[in-house]
Order: sequence, then structure tokens, then C-alpha cells
Amino acid sequence: MHYTFDIEKGNFTNAGNASGSVKKTLKQLNVDPSSIKRIVVALYEAEINAVAHAYGGKIDIDIDGDKIVMVVADQGPGIPNIELAMTEGYSTASQKVREMGFGAGMGLPNMKKNTDKLDIQTELGVGTTITMTVFLKN
Amino acid sequence: MKAKEIAELLNGKIVGCQDSQEELTNAFSSDLMSDVLRLGGECSLLITGLCNIQTIRTAEMAMINTIVLARGKTADEEMIEHAIDNDITIIETEFSIFKASGILYNHGIKPMY
Repeated sequence: MHYTFDIEKGNFTNAGNASGSVKKTLKQLNVDPSSIKRIVVALYEAEINAVAHAYGGKIDIDIDGDKIVMVVADQGPGIPNIELAMTEGYSTASQKVREMGFGAGMGLPNMKKNTDKLDIQTELGVGTTITMTVFLKN
Repeated sequence: MKAKEIAELLNGKIVGCQDSQEELTNAFSSDLMSDVLRLGGECSLLITGLCNIQTIRTAEMAMINTIVLARGKTADEEMIEHAIDNDITIIETEFSIFKASGILYNHGIKPMY
């Protein structure tokens, strides 16, 4: 199964649409609740990050028998220092993002915690592609 | 404890799902949704003063089925609709997060940590 969602800069109303849709699909597929929570939390963190930092982008979700692969690709400023960005508490979030309850520097570390594989490709001034894989337990 | 009993203890009002019969056992209090998303294990109740659509979204992803909006915050239409779509109950109370948490703790709701 393949699903695609658009990312719109600064649109916090729609941030979470992809995660919410994936959650419903995984429930219908009888995926165990603990795996669903890991998947949707990781994807939601990625959605929030993309909406907060990027100029736009796309989310591609692929679900097959034993795994889900989530690719969040944005056009944006890129991440200057991935090691620093992976540090809990490090954040470059705007005041608006903080007012929404985020921007505490937990996003990328939480994506890593909740996925089996996390790959980050980034280029300054071009964008960032985050690929997250979770193996499913049915 | 059911959502209706919690609403009574907090002198609050239920909006959204009115008929939730879920048994609520533990809670987490935070205005920081980043912290809510880091919770391990099951949490049934979020007590917060943060009142926007992402409060509901965060509960949805963290599998939390009841939200107490403290400090007199009121959910808007968009929040209520999204909560109903996702079987999330919202309880609005005038009490502060500290007071609401203290009352519920005294009545047996367990902390997450």
C-alpha cells in the first residue's frame, strides 16, 4: 500500500493529517497498538518538524507485509549539524512552534527512539529527507 | 474512574465525546506536547493548559483518550470535531493544572512516573 501527503509550510492545522491517516490504516490492518503508537509518534514528530522548518514537501508511506517505510522529504534550509540536531534539548524552533507546544529539541531523538531505522539526508539550502522504517508485529 | 466522575471532581464540563465509558487510571500533566510524545507506556489522561488543535493531535498520536483543559481554557469547534472523530473526550475546568492534578491524585489517579 502506498500513500502520499503534501507538507505545507507553516500549516499547523493540517500537521498530523498523515499520521492520523496512517494510524487509522494500521488499526484496520490489526497492527499491534504499541507498534502503531511508535509509528504515528515518529511520523507526527517528522510532520511537525517539516511544517515548522521547511518551505514545503511530501510524505510517502509504504506498508507491506512486515514493515512500514515513511519518507518525509522537504524543500527547506537543511540541517547544518545533524549530530547537534540529534541532541535532546537542542532546538532552532520559532516562537510560533513553541506556542503550539513543540520546539523543545526532542523531535529527531524521538523519531530515532520510535523507529527501527532512521536515515537523514540533508543539504543546506536544498532540503532534508528523513526515511523511517518500523518492522510490524501483527 | 470514568470521564464523567473526573469532570464532577474538577467542577468541569465535558465537551466532545459525551458517553466515554473508558476506565481512566493514570495521568500526565504538561503544557509541552514534545514531552507528551515521549511518554512510554499507556497513559489515559492528559492535563494541560495548552489549548489548540495540536493538543488534540498529540493525544491522538500518544493514544490518550481524555484531555483535561485547565485554567479555564475552552476548546474551539475544530478541536471538538477532531476530538469526536478520534473518540477523545475533552473536560474543561477552571482549576489550575496543579489543583486538577492534586485532586485527581488524591482520588486514585496514578502518575505516569
